[in-house]
Amino acid sequence: MQHAEPLDHGVAETPSLGVDNRKLLMWLFLGSEAMFFGSLIATYLLYRGKSVSGPFPGHGFEYNIPYTSVSSFVLLMSSLTMVLALAAIQRGDQRGLRTWLLATAMLGLVFVGGQAFEFTSFVEKGVTIHTNVFGSSFFTLTGFHGAHVTVGIVILLSLFVMALRGRITPENSLTIELAGLYWHFVDVVWILIFTLVYLYSAH
Amino acid sequence: MATIAQPLAGGISHSRWHPVWEWMTTVDHKKIAVLYGVTALVFFVIGGIEALLMRIQLAQPNATFLTADQFNQLFTMHGTTMIFLVVMPLGATFANFLIPLMIGARDVAFPRLNALSYWIFLFGGLLMYSSFVLGGAPNDGWFGYANLTTRQYSPGHNIDYWIIGLTILGVASIAAGLNFIVTILNMRAPGMRLMRMPVFIWMQLITQVLLVLAMPALTVGSIEVMFDRFFDTNFFNAAAGGQPLLWINLFWVFGHPEVYILILPAMGIVSEILPVFARKPLFGYPVVVFSGIAIGGQSWGVWVHHMFANGLGTVTESAFAISTMLIAVPTGVKIFNWMATIWGGALRFKVAFMFAVSFIAMFTIGGLSGVTHAVVPADLQQNNTYYIVAHFHYVLFGGAILGILGGFYYWMPKVTGRLMDEKLGQVNFWLVLIGFNVTFGPMHIVGLDGMPRRIYTYPAGMGWDLWNAVETVGAFIIALGVLAFLYNLWHSVKHGELAGQDPWDARTLEWSIPSPPPEYNFEEIPVVRARDDWWHRKYTEAADGRAVAIPAGAAVDTGRHGDGDGDHHGIHIPSPSFYPIVTALGLPIMGYGLIYFFPLVFVGFIILLLGVYGWALEPVVH
Repeated sequence: MQHAEPLDHGVAETPSLGVDNRKLLMWLFLGSEAMFFGSLIATYLLYRGKSVSGPFPGHGFEYNIPYTSVSSFVLLMSSLTMVLALAAIQRGDQRGLRTWLLATAMLGLVFVGGQAFEFTSFVEKGVTIHTNVFGSSFFTLTGFHGAHVTVGIVILLSLFVMALRGRITPENSLTIELAGLYWHFVDVVWILIFTLVYLYSAH
Repeated sequence: MATIAQPLAGGISHSRWHPVWEWMTTVDHKKIAVLYGVTALVFFVIGGIEALLMRIQLAQPNATFLTADQFNQLFTMHGTTMIFLVVMPLGATFANFLIPLMIGARDVAFPRLNALSYWIFLFGGLLMYSSFVLGGAPNDGWFGYANLTTRQYSPGHNIDYWIIGLTILGVASIAAGLNFIVTILNMRAPGMRLMRMPVFIWMQLITQVLLVLAMPALTVGSIEVMFDRFFDTNFFNAAAGGQPLLWINLFWVFGHPEVYILILPAMGIVSEILPVFARKPLFGYPVVVFSGIAIGGQSWGVWVHHMFANGLGTVTESAFAISTMLIAVPTGVKIFNWMATIWGGALRFKVAFMFAVSFIAMFTIGGLSGVTHAVVPADLQQNNTYYIVAHFHYVLFGGAILGILGGFYYWMPKVTGRLMDEKLGQVNFWLVLIGFNVTFGPMHIVGLDGMPRRIYTYPAGMGWDLWNAVETVGAFIIALGVLAFLYNLWHSVKHGELAGQDPWDARTLEWSIPSPPPEYNFEEIPVVRARDDWWHRKYTEAADGRAVAIPAGAAVDTGRHGDGDGDHHGIHIPSPSFYPIVTALGLPIMGYGLIYFFPLVFVGFIILLLGVYGWALEPVVH
């Protein structure tokens, strides 16, 4: 004997997670990106120590940890400036928004530039993407990360131009928040890469 | 309570636009569903022809109808097509049409992103198929094991098309998945709590979460193969220390959740059809929902069962044997719940119902052979034989396709306002069901008798000749059944019997609006007070539990609140946009550039950027 579902005669609330659609989209997208970077990091970790020839960590190649620590710090500071940019627009401070957006983009550029310089030094040491499985997995992983940072810089500069034209207000500041989420994610991925690839390379 | 809406000529909504432009710029989920459906059915026919060609070759021993290389292209493209260009897009077809309607929304959360997903799918499929005339189709199997797929062992462009096509298709799937998850979580009508959602919506939610998280593993594996082929990296270069197992693991970490992505939508469809034609609510709704969630979660822990023959060692193999047997449990639970739904019901044997019932039977058979694969020593006998081919066709054809065909019979009246023909549907059903069993049943036998997979011919006297001939006959019976289906579908669009709003006396919200639905779906967003809310608006329960129709005019207070003023002028519909198709176009251009002429990659990228910028700066409603 089937029993009827009790009908709800109470007030019907609008069911929703309570998070703006675009913000939820960004979080879910970052979840997908986490799996993407996870697979790249897994590849790198699988091939640790497995190169047959050519330099790799512990065999004729060492990372420059102090150098990379500085560029990691730069990227970390860019997350701080991103937070300051969001805080600025949320209280209506247009000048603060522009300043901190530009600062974030500039710090990001310093990071990417530092990466580019670091990569040329690796090439001089005989490690390229073609050299061995270390080179392939290292440059693919850090290359995709750098590409994500670059996309972030383009987004930040676009938002900066929009801010110059007065198009960003406290009411539509969600765009800044979304850019911030993406930027912080890219930063977190770097912390993981720095830890698992650079710091954990000591044998 | 039936409101007959005349189907409008030319589509779901009328417009002053030229029809081609209208379809190219649509952001309406119902139109996008039609685009997905038509495209997927075309690929279904092509994939079917590929199968028929293979079956002609295999009907006799030592046949010379096809060369080995042609055969390799056919089985690769048949598998790739059926999985990525048919079953997944058909899932997207139903998801697109039904999700907003079943949750009481006007569209998905991101209509332009929805359009983008379709166009990327179309262009990815076209790029992959262009390979047939541009040097040869992919030929290393739908699973493309490295390092066979490296340039050293697959020197032509075949695999370039496969790897680039798959990566492009993956972007489409992820974009759609993100969209549907946000839609389901955030855009339900007032009162539609999660445990009041139709089971179809639950299954889609789980499917999309799996898609969004599993696809990146394949993307990364594909990028690694792509980089090996185009940029001379070493991921799968054995001489440099590269390992095939890297690809195999990444592929199957994606691949196992993928098979649940393929079947869960069909399970959702069946869960909607059975209660309607048994005139009983789904038995054990919460258990069915939790089983679906369990299947989704457990699907991450079984992938190595595709690798039992890869020499991973007894500990690994035992662990995954156990986890594989465990995942049969929630699936079995659902089977029992469906059977209990049918038991004691006032059954109406419409074609949709027959397909849903046959799903249960055929999927169970496929599931049983699947459980036998979980026993590792048995699997070592079965692996790479036709026994495996039998298993996955029983679950994918006997499961997903039969469920989807039932879904067409059930929901086409809502899409077009006209019923598909029941008599022709019976012909369709029996031809497909019988043909399917005649084709794939014997494969269990020849597989256990030792016939390997993916062979283009076989010697006489192995004991396989008779069954192969039988299977070929079965394949042509399927073809007849599919022709009957397609004719029925096409003919009913203009000439089917008018359906009215609720031809099946169904339970869920999509049946509360006209057929076909107006562009804005709901005149007023409904307030949901129960599971199967539409049913409860029509019927209340007598003291003995019988459903009693609520007389028209004495309807229970619907408690509707509108966001319009009774006519649709107060409802804002997202405007059409051509930026999704422009953005999508950038991807295949980049793909061809990578294969033939690198500067083209930058051209494609710029088109992509222009599309994205135009999109970002365009208002949603203008």
